[in-house]
Amino acid sequence: MTLHDQIQQVIDDEPVAIFIKGTPDRPACGNSLRALQALRGAGAPITAVDILPDPQIRVELSAISDWPTIPQVFVRGELIGGADITEQLHASGELERKLDEALGADREQVVKTIAVVATAA
Amino acid sequence: MSMAADAIRSLLEQAFPGGTVDVLDRTGGGDHFQVIVESPAFEGVSLVEQHRMVNRALAAPLADGTIHELRIQTKGLPA
Repeated sequence: MTLHDQIQQVIDDEPVAIFIKGTPDRPACGNSLRALQALRGAGAPITAVDILPDPQIRVELSAISDWPTIPQVFVRGELIGGADITEQLHASGELERKLDEALGADREQVVKTIAVVATAA
Repeated sequence: MSMAADAIRSLLEQAFPGGTVDVLDRTGGGDHFQVIVESPAFEGVSLVEQHRMVNRALAAPLADGTIHELRIQTKGLPA
């Protein structure tokens, strides 16, 4: 599967997908950390993709999302925004409302990571 | 104000006439910026799209590494 298709699959299939630098345990950038903290604070399940292993991940992701910077947060396939918007929506309570609406209030707060790697067709 | 901050301000003022633009050099290093843009162009536009508009206005300095990190704050103004 191409990198593009794998990234699209994560966005489509995961309840909350976040593309970050580093991992949820060890974010390698302050903005990735800010977005993760906002998601955790809002009780979101988190599926994280580290974009650092391959520069092409970011290129493909930005082509899909029309969003140039990292992190990027998606809820049920919809781009919520980067660190600033995610923080802002968390501060206003809107993020939690959005998650309640999209995933239900009794959602499990699981954290997982997915690696995207281009494979031969 | 660094040269980069001036350039960013001028790009934003061109892209969002009739509003207000603030550019802060967050670290003093000349490549971590916070921009605050208030514009009539944001009225009725989703937050994601507002940020996209700012990112588009700054596509060149984002692509060439002039901006290493960008924080964006936007607000609509009545037209």
